[in-house]
Amino acid sequence: MRRVTRFAAAGIATAALALSATACGASSTQSSGSSSSSGKGSLKVGIAYDVGGRGDHSFNDSAARGLDKATKEFGGTPKELTAKTTDTDQDREQYLDDLASNGYNPVIAVGFAYANALKAEAPKFPKTTFAIVDSVVPGSNIDSMSFATPESSYLAGVAAALKSKTGHIGFIGGVDNALIKGFQAGFQQGVTDTKPSDKVTVQYLSTGSDLSGFSSPDKGASAAAGMLSQGIDVVYSAAGSSGTGSIETVAAKKGAWAIGVDSDQYQDPALAKYKDSILTSAVKNVDVAVYDLIQSVHNGKPLTGNNTYNLANGGVSLATSGGFIKDIQPQLDAITKKIISGQIKVKQTP
Amino acid sequence: MKKFAKIDKDRLLLGIAAPVLAVVAALVVTALVLLATGKEPFKAFQIMVSYGFKSDSQVFILNEATTYYLAGLAVAIGFRMNLFNIGVDGQYRMGAFFGAVVGGMVTLPSFLEIPLIIVVSMVVAAAWSAIAGFLKVGRGVSEVIATIMLNSIATAVISYLLQPGRLAHLNSNTNSVYTTMLPKSAWFFTMTTNPAAGPIEGFIVIAVLAGVAYWFVLSRTRFGFDLRTVGQSESAAEASGVNVKKMIVTSMIISGALAGLVGMPALLNEAHTYSDEFPTGIGFIGIAVALLGRNHPVGIGIGALLWAFLDRTSNWLEFNGYDKEIVGVIQGVIVLCVVIAYEVVRRYGLGRQQRKVGEELAAAASLKTVEKAEVTA
Repeated sequence: MRRVTRFAAAGIATAALALSATACGASSTQSSGSSSSSGKGSLKVGIAYDVGGRGDHSFNDSAARGLDKATKEFGGTPKELTAKTTDTDQDREQYLDDLASNGYNPVIAVGFAYANALKAEAPKFPKTTFAIVDSVVPGSNIDSMSFATPESSYLAGVAAALKSKTGHIGFIGGVDNALIKGFQAGFQQGVTDTKPSDKVTVQYLSTGSDLSGFSSPDKGASAAAGMLSQGIDVVYSAAGSSGTGSIETVAAKKGAWAIGVDSDQYQDPALAKYKDSILTSAVKNVDVAVYDLIQSVHNGKPLTGNNTYNLANGGVSLATSGGFIKDIQPQLDAITKKIISGQIKVKQTP
Repeated sequence: MKKFAKIDKDRLLLGIAAPVLAVVAALVVTALVLLATGKEPFKAFQIMVSYGFKSDSQVFILNEATTYYLAGLAVAIGFRMNLFNIGVDGQYRMGAFFGAVVGGMVTLPSFLEIPLIIVVSMVVAAAWSAIAGFLKVGRGVSEVIATIMLNSIATAVISYLLQPGRLAHLNSNTNSVYTTMLPKSAWFFTMTTNPAAGPIEGFIVIAVLAGVAYWFVLSRTRFGFDLRTVGQSESAAEASGVNVKKMIVTSMIISGALAGLVGMPALLNEAHTYSDEFPTGIGFIGIAVALLGRNHPVGIGIGALLWAFLDRTSNWLEFNGYDKEIVGVIQGVIVLCVVIAYEVVRRYGLGRQQRKVGEELAAAASLKTVEKAEVTA
């Protein structure tokens, strides 16, 4: 008796759920009006951050800066969503869908994790402009923003080689994925092109799908400590928030320099205590790209296709705040010109 | 007979009281938190409910709950044995990874390809879990410690192997690293609903079957009886002839094998590859879901649906200007409330039972004294 009722209960519950799913109820996307209804002055920018979101001191924050600047200038109401670590492509599709179907245009996906989701969603909303950072997704309504970070890393390598007294230089990578290996390649090339006898020691904090290397200041600190003890006196870390640990450690040693990444870390209030040891930063202007896109949509001529942000158009650069590289600026400028003209070919892989 | 039915009803009421109490308490706490942040709480609940019952939300919730349900079952098997398998997280990732690798290497007809991937995943996950089982019976290592450590090792192993040139490829356009795409024959079927809502993943059928199997094995077989006995009292089980060590290893293996199913909806129904964007942390959601469902197959189902509902609506809350973290607070508070409510209800039930037994004994004793008095008289 009991067994039968239990089975029946389970069966009915399942059937009811399945029925309710197939038959009744409007979908969330139907209820809200058509897409791309943005008139002038009512710019609705939708942005989906990667894990970490606004406040990560790294590239999500950079995207947020671009958004803030655009909002200030063009007005409108931005909508910000943030991914979680348990998200599947389905979840990420939903973020983009929620934004696009509620009339947000443009919709900006921060981070290559959104690539598959964007591939699925962009064709559904042909009138909405989408954008993705650090990835190339084909589509007539997609702005793929890639950054020539090896170029800025090359310049960082030149600066490191010119400033190092021991001739031994360190590179700390957050995770050994293709993106960070590009930083390493440019940096190493910059060092050896400048001073062929200099040695670059490379260390990664985590490998593959283990992304902890981007968010572990303790790992950054111990890697930097190890490098300092080997006589390394310039440390470049491309490791997200782990870099703060390495900067902190390097700052404790007199005469050693740290090189920052992504944003101008000399200006970062959280690192103000150590700023006198931050030689420069290889800046990746996600904010510029985000701002450009929003501006283009505002002007009615949305950017699409593959847009590379490099030294030539100021999408990546070497920060000068602090004035520590003022003495070598002419050399850096000359090399920048050579990279822009193609005279120096920067490697993408180590 | 009638008496049995009555006791059952009491138990059922008590059983339902705990989760209901927990959810209500969680809602009250969340409402207070929302008030403290200066937001209107009932509006938030209304937003969640109206969005959660949209047709595409229903589909999304069912799909998400499928994964959570399997994770909940995997954890619950351990719980019934008094084993805390925190390692479901590492187990399902190891299983799904090797399932994806093997599936990418061969192209077979669907009826062979899909079972092959599922079996590989279950075997790998079970083997990973068995390590903790053997460490416990052989060396007395707490399974809690062993499985936590094995989670980290699983992360490292997968990171090492999931590299271009080893077992994965690099998509230079999107910068993602992934295993060879599964052939079309490995794609699990989906059930179409209305086009705006999207398809329901076919793996929900497997999840329901797993639930039935879980119920049957635990409550209708000798093995299940032994397992529950060991869970209630190891020494009593030992005394009545149950090989406790064997039970520990076996149940860790079964828990691991179930964990091997957790990654399958994501692999066979969604991504068709194991990439560095494969979802992580589902094993921990499984712990919460199993707690919420009192290790009962139907309860776990409700827990999984509730969790998926909260997940789904969290996005929409954020969309409406509420802090997304609020849903994290609700989830955390629910788990806390569940643990407290179960304990409260358990004590209440125990007290009731004792009172009842006491009353019956007293009645019997007074009857006896009356009888005695009659005899002597």
